[in-house]
Amino acid sequence: MQTASYRLVTIVAERTVRDRLLNTIHRLGATGHTMQEVQGEGTRGLSGATWERPSVKIETIVTEEIAERIADHVAERYFQHHSVIVYLQDVEVLRGSKYAPQNEEA
Amino acid sequence: MLDVLLASLLSPVVLAFVLGALAVTVKSDLEIPAPLYRALSIYLLLAIGLKGGKALSETPLTEVVGPALATVGLGILTPITAYTVLRRLGRMDRTNAAALAAHYGSVSAVTFIAAVTVAQFAGVPSEGFMPALVALLEVPAIIVGLMIAYARGERAGSWRDAMREVVTGQSIVLLLGGMAIGWIAGSEGMAPVEPFFVSGFQGALTLFLLEMGMAAARRLRDLRSVGMFLVGFGIAMPIVHGALGVWVGGLAGLSVGGAAVLGAMVSSASYIAAPAAVRVGLPEANPAYYLTASLGITFPFNLTVGIPLYLALAKVLGG
Repeated sequence: MQTASYRLVTIVAERTVRDRLLNTIHRLGATGHTMQEVQGEGTRGLSGATWERPSVKIETIVTEEIAERIADHVAERYFQHHSVIVYLQDVEVLRGSKYAPQNEEA
Repeated sequence: MLDVLLASLLSPVVLAFVLGALAVTVKSDLEIPAPLYRALSIYLLLAIGLKGGKALSETPLTEVVGPALATVGLGILTPITAYTVLRRLGRMDRTNAAALAAHYGSVSAVTFIAAVTVAQFAGVPSEGFMPALVALLEVPAIIVGLMIAYARGERAGSWRDAMREVVTGQSIVLLLGGMAIGWIAGSEGMAPVEPFFVSGFQGALTLFLLEMGMAAARRLRDLRSVGMFLVGFGIAMPIVHGALGVWVGGLAGLSVGGAAVLGAMVSSASYIAAPAAVRVGLPEANPAYYLTASLGITFPFNLTVGIPLYLALAKVLGG
């Protein structure tokens, strides 16, 4: 089984910034994403509870370089005033070319 | 006054609200699934839009112009009074005062629906075109509230995105869209959908209020952090705005029921459209303030005491 190393970027954010985040990660080079509605609680107290629109968890698998760019952008743009968290993980994926069509096959 | 108050307090809608609050207090595992809540809010907004549109198609335009102008005027005035009170008396910072002003200028659709129901029950039904006034009251107040904040310097949010949120938000789309459908279809065209949208309305509202009670009670956890001033504001401001709405509504030619409903609308604080717009336009404002005040304090107050009060006032002024 041939696998390739990539980074999994996970962003959990309040619903109000969802569309802007999606635009941004695709502009910065992500070739796809997976998204789900989530609930939770954090330092800002805002949760995804009922009438407040649920928060979203956006996952995207990208190259190291794009992952850094996404993380930097989110930190700079949203950390101060929005409830947003970001974390990065190493992942081994099948069909590596799906995630970086312009890059050389990893 | 007392019988209206009692009838209002003992209506299934208010009792469901109390039950929801009680369920949270005793830590019940009762939970309204989020998709159901969203479906109910879509149903309610579309239903009042449809009803209003149908009524509008049967009303001469000249009857609507006066109340419509009065409503827009109130929508511009009330965020300014709320802001002034919060700044002068509450010594609140500009950002949070402007955020709260947008909420208290705007309107809560559920308070509106409850007021229509109570007025009907009290034998002074309001005008059928009132939903049109809800749409007119909702938008200008949020814009004025945000303008106050943006006029005072750099903001972290985006004015353009906030305006988009105001105009394309679900409550405006459903209200105005429903009104357009009801207006085009007229009373004959509406007949086939009425069993669903009219007969089911009060039941759906009861279910919705159950969830609202739970949401309001959950909000009360933040009560200590927002301070006593905001609690007082959440009760006194609606009374002042409500009285103003009743008075102006009467002057603009609304019936006793219509003036009372307009009073309830003007007194109410938005908790669906305004929070969404303010979160985008003024992300630096603290949501604990505006959500707790509008949902945890003003909404329950209006539902139980406010609406009967505005009704009594409308009767005194108009009767």
